[in-house]
Amino acid sequence: MNSVCGRRRQPEDKMKITGADLIVALLERQGIEIIPGIPGGASLPLYDALAKSSKIRHVLARHEQGAGFMAQGMARATGKPQVCFATSGPGATNVVTAIADAKLDSIPLVCITGQVPTSLLGTDAFQEIDTYGLSIPITKHNYLVRKAEELLEVIPEAFSIAASGRPGPVLVDVPKDVQLEEIEIDEMPCPGCAAPPIEAPGEQMRAAAEMICGSRRPILYVGGGISASGAAADMLALAEKASIPIAPTLMGLDSVPSGHPLLLGMLGMHGARFTNHALAECDLLIAVGVRFDDRATGKAETFCPDARILHIDIDPSEIEKIKPASLGIASDAGAALRAILPMVSSGGREGWLARIAQLRAEFPLELPGVGDAGTAYGIIRRAGAILPPDAILTTDVGQHQMKVAQAFPFRQPRTWLTSGGLGTMGFGLPAAIGAALASPGRPVVCFSGDGSFLMNVQELATLAEEELDVKIVLLDNRSLGLVHQQQDLFYGGRFFAVHYPKPVDFAGVAECFGVPSTRLGEAADPADELGRALREPGPRLIHAPVDVCDKVFPMVPPGGANTNMLTGVGR
Amino acid sequence: MSAAIQKMEGCGEIAVLRLTVANHPGVMSHVIGLFSRRRFNVDVILCTPERDPNLSRIWISVHECGRLDHIVRQIEKLADVREVRRLAGAGAFLRGVERLRQELACGE
Repeated sequence: MNSVCGRRRQPEDKMKITGADLIVALLERQGIEIIPGIPGGASLPLYDALAKSSKIRHVLARHEQGAGFMAQGMARATGKPQVCFATSGPGATNVVTAIADAKLDSIPLVCITGQVPTSLLGTDAFQEIDTYGLSIPITKHNYLVRKAEELLEVIPEAFSIAASGRPGPVLVDVPKDVQLEEIEIDEMPCPGCAAPPIEAPGEQMRAAAEMICGSRRPILYVGGGISASGAAADMLALAEKASIPIAPTLMGLDSVPSGHPLLLGMLGMHGARFTNHALAECDLLIAVGVRFDDRATGKAETFCPDARILHIDIDPSEIEKIKPASLGIASDAGAALRAILPMVSSGGREGWLARIAQLRAEFPLELPGVGDAGTAYGIIRRAGAILPPDAILTTDVGQHQMKVAQAFPFRQPRTWLTSGGLGTMGFGLPAAIGAALASPGRPVVCFSGDGSFLMNVQELATLAEEELDVKIVLLDNRSLGLVHQQQDLFYGGRFFAVHYPKPVDFAGVAECFGVPSTRLGEAADPADELGRALREPGPRLIHAPVDVCDKVFPMVPPGGANTNMLTGVGR
Repeated sequence: MSAAIQKMEGCGEIAVLRLTVANHPGVMSHVIGLFSRRRFNVDVILCTPERDPNLSRIWISVHECGRLDHIVRQIEKLADVREVRRLAGAGAFLRGVERLRQELACGE
């Protein structure tokens, strides 16, 4: 990272540059074209520098959390590190949730915050907060820049760390005087880029292939690491060659095209019953780019009780964190899968596939109301039938999210952006704006609920301003549906703090922000109206009233074993 | 040797790690923060300067609890950590710390 790019300048043509101008120049060299953010007192020099840039467009968010999620939407859709700006103090605390979300879902993000001048650091100055200390537990790495010359190393390194190995967020806190400091530099450093992916030794790959060849009932358990590695095709090639059924996590859903004969569907708390039963019967769990999250595994001790575990992950600290592995391989997912593929024998496992088919028939995924555009499942399926394969989906968090995960026909990697690890309500709208900014010409649909949507509703103003092709499908049950469901199932139906008795006119709210709307509740033919609304160019909010009693099933009670699932039957 | 250290040695689960880290004001926060949020138990922590002013050494004794491999892998992920070594002979380190503690106590 200390290497030097471009023409070496003569001593007499040293370049004078301020810290703020240097940051913008370095971001331009990183290929950054759009930065969402909000300015403030401590980032005024940075914004003054950004205003001069012809290469970077600033998108003015209405809340720093919105800016953070827009950058995340861009990063999730492209796989490349993206940038957001916030000011000191409340700007930094507001963006914290979006950074923490990126940490838990391993999303490459570089957040640059303004800070009070170094002379005031530690004095409880106006809008001072210890952003460095605050961001340690929620970033992959962070910096407090004390001199402008440090930026020459810090900015490229921030991008390199965000993108290397297991991706993640990096925060760079820059005091105002460092932004204003003028320094002389000889030349610009190289842009920071991802380090070459980690590859494991060949003998481990051979051992992995032997494990696979020797197994009679293997299952591939795949997650966000597949997308991050760009390894969806490699994973499918292995599955198809060796006849291995695939159970993706929430984060891995878009790695397997819907309708693929080997696809079992999402595993875990809201996975299909046959999927969780199949996992309980497997003799080899091939876990790739996953971290054995409790929502996926249920009670870890009872997860795949008879299986040997082959765990491939780029982050060595994930191996054996939750479950002992028979073989742990610290490697990039794609590199490992490509190395293993030629060593496994093809075909076979007719008995196992027949058993899976039997389980599928016995314990199918049930989606009540899927044929009715007045229900969540019906709306999701209808949208899936209308949207092109490259449409990008975002969600908020709750029942609607789980229902989309269960019912939407995913077709391409990086088309499914959802807050998996942190489960952040308010993710959907700003992430959709980011995805649309990064993917012009592709439709973006945000599925949301009435609880989540209000958590970043202010970004409707940003959406209207940017005139992006983002459709919000708001499934409104006038409740915090998933909490309502848990109070009903596990707390004796004692509903508390989950209803919104006074209705909000969401379609009217959107119109007031300048976003056109569609009211499916008033449509003579909701299916038809939904199709028309989704095909309209530009932003639109599509409001759909749904019944709070329509729960998400199956459901594994929190802390329970995945094979003990509650179903909607008889409720 | 103090009773406390005898007790720690007695449980047979003390390991000593020596970290070589980038020397800057935030590095201790990174290391300590990792230990507390991952629920790793620290007994002794000591920070010493290196000849190279860009580096420092952090010495940590931890209750192993069968998680030492995992602890080391987590520490190795910190961008400021250049090297993690497991030191054999935790007892020698702990006795050294105890002598230091007694000397400091005498000076008070």
